[in-house]
Amino acid sequence: MAADAEALEQVRTIGEQYKYGFVTDIESEFAPKGLNEDIVRFISKKKEEPEWMLEWRLKAYRHWLTMEEPKWQKPQYPAIDYQDSYYYAAPKSGDKPKSLDEVDPQLLEVYEKLGIPLREQEVLAGVEGAPAIAVDAVFDSVSVATTYKAKLEEQGIIFCSISEAVREHPELVKQYLGSVVPYSDNYFATLNSAVFTDGSFVYIPKGKRCPMELSTYFRINAENTGQFERTLIIADEGSYVSYLEGCTAPQRDENQLHAAVVELVTLDDAEIKYSTVQNWYPGDETGKGGIYNFVTKRAACRGKNSKVSWTQVETGSAITWKYPSCILQGDNSVGEFYSVAITNNAQLADTGTKMIHIGKNTRSRIISKGISAGNADQTYRGLVRVQRGANGARNYTQCDSLLIGDKCGAHTVPYIESQNPSAQVEHEATTSRIGDDQLFYCRQRGMDEEEAVALIVNGFCKEVMQTLPMEFAVEAQKLVGISLEGSVG
Amino acid sequence: MALLEIKNLHATVDDKPILNGLDLTIGGGEVHAIMGPNGSGKSTLSYVLSGREGYVVTEGEVLFDGKNLLEMEADERAREGVFLAFQYPVEIPGVTSITFLRTAVNAVRKHHGESPFDAMDFVKYIREKASGLNVSDDMLKRAVNTGFSGGEKKRMEILQMSALDPKLAILDETDSGLDIDALKIVADGVNAMRSDERGLLVITHYQRLLDYIVPDHVHVLAKGRIVKSGGKDLAVELEKTGYAEFLEDAA
Ligand SMILES: Nc1ncnc2c1ncn2[C@@H]1O[C@H](COP(=O)(O)OP(=O)(O)OP(=O)(O)O)[C@@H](O)[C@H]1O
Ligand SMILES: [Mg+2]
Repeated sequence: MAADAEALEQVRTIGEQYKYGFVTDIESEFAPKGLNEDIVRFISKKKEEPEWMLEWRLKAYRHWLTMEEPKWQKPQYPAIDYQDSYYYAAPKSGDKPKSLDEVDPQLLEVYEKLGIPLREQEVLAGVEGAPAIAVDAVFDSVSVATTYKAKLEEQGIIFCSISEAVREHPELVKQYLGSVVPYSDNYFATLNSAVFTDGSFVYIPKGKRCPMELSTYFRINAENTGQFERTLIIADEGSYVSYLEGCTAPQRDENQLHAAVVELVTLDDAEIKYSTVQNWYPGDETGKGGIYNFVTKRAACRGKNSKVSWTQVETGSAITWKYPSCILQGDNSVGEFYSVAITNNAQLADTGTKMIHIGKNTRSRIISKGISAGNADQTYRGLVRVQRGANGARNYTQCDSLLIGDKCGAHTVPYIESQNPSAQVEHEATTSRIGDDQLFYCRQRGMDEEEAVALIVNGFCKEVMQTLPMEFAVEAQKLVGISLEGSVG
Repeated sequence: MALLEIKNLHATVDDKPILNGLDLTIGGGEVHAIMGPNGSGKSTLSYVLSGREGYVVTEGEVLFDGKNLLEMEADERAREGVFLAFQYPVEIPGVTSITFLRTAVNAVRKHHGESPFDAMDFVKYIREKASGLNVSDDMLKRAVNTGFSGGEKKRMEILQMSALDPKLAILDETDSGLDIDALKIVADGVNAMRSDERGLLVITHYQRLLDYIVPDHVHVLAKGRIVKSGGKDLAVELEKTGYAEFLEDAA
């Protein structure tokens, strides 16, 4: 006990110093607004990157200059002024709320419902000076993370930040970075390639089954989430890993635009399960102040019998635009996509998946559950492509939409391209509404309206929720209820 | 003080008058049966009492335990102890019956300042009640009423009643669609819940049910009003005569 107190005291002192040091650091690490080659060089230098990394970033940047922002997706958003943003800067402290009193009370209400302790609330809400206040929260997570890391290292598993990986494991990064999402892939991925500053790197060696769920949660507490995150996960032959991204607490950020890239690679007989709960700040009822989430997530099932499963629960952001995809190269490889997307008020989402069947007997399964309430609008956009050589490929797609109220919309846009006559592609879609009879039945049993909606919607998404790791699933269920509050009546 | 006091109740659905001055008083411990022709307003009465939207009270009052029932929202009435066994129980896909039951029971417990059941305790609590009603674990794990047979749905309604322990239970044609064995199981379940405090309002078309659940009072509802009341013999009489006389009278 005494030792603990001592350790805490030490951390507290370090915390003070850190806070002080941090302030001076801000002055020197501040890159001016705007985007140009110097900024890209600055970022690379700050990250102490080798020359090849800088070259790659510059290639991406130069390519980005020749690209046009996409306009085909359903969500329309106000033009983003890329020259008016910071690409390497600590957030201006003047803009931050000084205390929880200045934070949007609705946001605080949500924290309370999720049972998040006050100190963590401050961190999540971006209250000025919060990292120092939440020193023991950070302390806890750091110590847990360290224990984890030691355990992982024993097995030869690498789990670190992408910047650390560039420095410590350059051969792996060089081989795989951009091998699934090339720097020239799309407008936002290219921008990310030029300026990414954060993200995770995971490598699971041959034949190893990662003994625990890897989660960004600890990393998020210790550092701030980046605007341009880059994640790379490699599962070597016969290995397995389950990775959790995000946390259920709504997160606010100074940066409106988030353009992450996630690349997954599975070699022979390997499996990656990637679960996301995304709950960025959606903005107020009109969507003001919400985050634009434009993410490129793609997996390459390179090896035979390999498998990637994406599970996502999307409840946040003002605008979401993402299509976690699988390129099924290895024979008998399997791609799965399980998705729950909830849009309420003025939120817009255009999400779905792409399954590209290249190898023989490749299989894919898509289960998408979309829930729209308020004035929200949602589009499922899915592509299933079977290439010429993919004999015996099979796909099953099921898209269900649930509407709450009569001012919201749901659209399903399936694209099926098959160049192989032996392929079987199945698509089912349904649209339903929460029935008055269901609501009344629940209320007659004592549940209030919000509880009833949460229960019915969770039932609707059950197939997807079941694929989440246990603790995550419980939180995600709570989140479903919270994000639909006020959607009925 | 009576448990439930309905005075001169008038109610409309889609502006169409369905209940036209209905009076009924139920005391604690009493079982009342309501019989009446199709479309006479029996289910409507049950919905008005339980607060379903779209059922508009235009006149009259309803006191429940001395409180103005009509002022309360549907869920509040339920938590206060009004239970309706539905004529047509509703399916809720994906929600297991046990989760549904636990959510409901915990909502009521919370209302009474009791601590909620955790998942383990609830399994014990509900199993005990379920076994008497021949509701298997397998049924508890299936989605609420989804793919249930008619008889299974009705047994699930009675299980819910028993789990929620209401002060007033309205059973809307709980006997319809039941085979003879199931009818007995359901009736035993209901009888087990008879107590000095609880009131029961049993809506049925058949005297047969009332052989098992013996009522203290029987009422005939026709054209939105109680047109005749009597003891349990009235049900036997109606079985012979039918409702023709009441329909002519009211016309
Ligand atoms: N939503 C509605 N709109 C219009 N009329 C309605 C509506 N709901 C019920 N009614 C009418 O109200 C009347 C009473 O219906 P109710 O269901 O209460 O009858 P009931 O006595 O329960 O009949 P049954 O014995 O067939 O169950 C019927 O004429 C019915 O058509
Ligand atoms: Mg009826």
